[in-house]
Amino acid sequence: MSIWIQENSKVLIQGITGKQGMFHGEKMIEYGTNIVGGVTPGKGGNEVLGVPVFNSMIDAIKQTNADASVIYVPPPFAGEAIMEAADAFDIVNGEGVIVCITEGIPTLDMVRAVSYVNDRPGVRLIGPNCPGIITPGDSGGCKIGIMPGHIHAKGRIGIVSKSGTLTYEAVAQAMSIDEGQSTCIGIGGDPVNGTGFIECLAAFESDAQTEAIIMIGEIGGTAEEDAAAWAKKNVTKPIVGFVAGSTAPPGKRMGHAGAIIAGGKGTAAEKFSAFEAAGIACAHDPSEIGAVLLESLKAAGLR
Amino acid sequence: MNIHEYQGKQLFREAGVPVLDGVHCTNVEQALAAYDELNSEVVAVKSQIHAGGRGKGTLYDVKSGSIVMEGGVKIAFNRDEVEKYATNIIGHRLVTKQTGIEGKIVNNLYIESGCSIAHEYYLAILIDREEKSVLIMASTEGGVDIEEVAESSPEAIHKIWVDPAAGLLGFQKRNLGMNLGLSGSALKSFSKMLGNLYNVFNDNDCSMIEINPLVRSTDDEIIALDAKVGFDSNADFRHQKSWVQMRDISEEDDAEIRAGEADLSYVNLDGNIGCLVNGAGLAMATMDVIKLYGGEPANFLDVGGGANEEQVKTAFSIILEDPNVEGVLVNIFGGIMRCDIIARGVIAATEALSLEVPLVVRLAGTNVNEGKAILAASELNIHPADSLADGAKKIVALIGGGE
Repeated sequence: MSIWIQENSKVLIQGITGKQGMFHGEKMIEYGTNIVGGVTPGKGGNEVLGVPVFNSMIDAIKQTNADASVIYVPPPFAGEAIMEAADAFDIVNGEGVIVCITEGIPTLDMVRAVSYVNDRPGVRLIGPNCPGIITPGDSGGCKIGIMPGHIHAKGRIGIVSKSGTLTYEAVAQAMSIDEGQSTCIGIGGDPVNGTGFIECLAAFESDAQTEAIIMIGEIGGTAEEDAAAWAKKNVTKPIVGFVAGSTAPPGKRMGHAGAIIAGGKGTAAEKFSAFEAAGIACAHDPSEIGAVLLESLKAAGLR
Repeated sequence: MNIHEYQGKQLFREAGVPVLDGVHCTNVEQALAAYDELNSEVVAVKSQIHAGGRGKGTLYDVKSGSIVMEGGVKIAFNRDEVEKYATNIIGHRLVTKQTGIEGKIVNNLYIESGCSIAHEYYLAILIDREEKSVLIMASTEGGVDIEEVAESSPEAIHKIWVDPAAGLLGFQKRNLGMNLGLSGSALKSFSKMLGNLYNVFNDNDCSMIEINPLVRSTDDEIIALDAKVGFDSNADFRHQKSWVQMRDISEEDDAEIRAGEADLSYVNLDGNIGCLVNGAGLAMATMDVIKLYGGEPANFLDVGGGANEEQVKTAFSIILEDPNVEGVLVNIFGGIMRCDIIARGVIAATEALSLEVPLVVRLAGTNVNEGKAILAASELNIHPADSLADGAKKIVALIGGGE
């Protein structure tokens, strides 16, 4: 098993006729993702990338019985796209996974969208402003997002991260010691997002395929500290951690909307010490994640 | 995006959040005219910069560097004092604990009427990331550093969270006011003010509003004596005719403005190793690793997920304009972005800008071998690196830093 997304999950693309939707749709299909259709209001009835286009999410889910959707809709409309998907999954199936890739969604739109999603307990939101989620398969797999599929392989390491390229770095580090991944999740770098670290850790802990976890945080907020405290009590599997932004100056936004040290809170030093206090094996250089993971696996008798 | 206090108060005034009468000025003559117009016994002469701690800041002469005046916010009791304070503020460099040692040159003044204060409070509206909702925070300890209050007497800080579906409710406003010890007409004034202030926050896609101090006057009116307002830049598309117009680019770093125009994310730092990276997390990690191996990063620079050759060139030119830069580390993990395209961009940029400082390039991911081959085939003095650590160690060694 893997978490939330299986190798053969049926996936819809919201914004399939747009430039981003088309480009990444093709890459996802190439990887082996089971793309079953897409949604662009007003373009229903057409076919794009060999799959049908629908006018609404509710139509699309009814027709395709999709398990998940991925959003490539531009920022002004993305908050509503999340809510449309949440409403449709809730009504038709009572459950579904929404992956929002879009960067630059207004924070108050996300406050409303997250609250809306949370009122529908069967629906999960991943992102926004994230690379997505990937469950590598024996051949191909299910890639929902923008990550390069070819760097992954099926295995037993669960990866969760706020960052995009730094996640790829972590994947490459795991691969450098011949460890594939169960599922990799980018939770995104926005101040208000859907799924957080703790939900990912909980899912990895109860997933039989996952035997160790890599958790990558960055400055801003206290999600890493909260996750570390939770992991100390609830996670038995080895965790390797890294936090980006040790050298970031306070009060400056470092690329991601959420990556800011505000009021002296959210520093990398605090997060690293929370990790260490929770028994998480820390790498202080991403190039060492592989070596630290290998040590942790050995210590746990997994190598 | 941040705005000045006088702009924030304009928004407040329009929304029915009580503020004192005040006039925005850019020179001493205007300040004196403002004093005459306000017809107030005392006025506050307030430096307008995008940083806090103005009252406790110090003004310096731009050329000589000598101290002109202590305090960037002054109370004037007569016309002569207005003239003196305005002269000491306008055109001088104000250094506060939030500006850094370089400070900010003050180009704007706000002359504001005085009022009779019974008590000072603190009030802020912000986004609570963990609760994923809007948080309103208030304290009876106004006029002082809120972080110190949070540290020393957290029980003095009262919080309410706004349900996004229900909005800010009457009982929440009342309870918060009562927690501040308000009653009678002061409590009514507080509730009305808070409702209007929340509308300012919500209608304008604010990221933060901080009023320190918010005061109760001796006749029990609640008045915003300060206005620190920040907006969510992600929402600028729907505020083009309102707060986007209030942007004061003289408050921003030139390189950061140009980077923003090219869709690059750049933050200038104090070190000497320039970095060009794709992805915000990896860009931060690159800075961290440079430091870990004994170097000092000169900047944060994220070229994003789909940078083209032109953006790479702009990125290089911004990095190289920083006179402190003695070497550059390029760190790219190609996902959607292909390493061969980055390699061509790096070569084009270094040729066009006749790069003189050492350059280390670390490529990984999509089309890495093609990318490396392109760099190896060039005549340029480019040092390849196999990992982030390797790249950081190499650039530190090349500029003669580290251990």
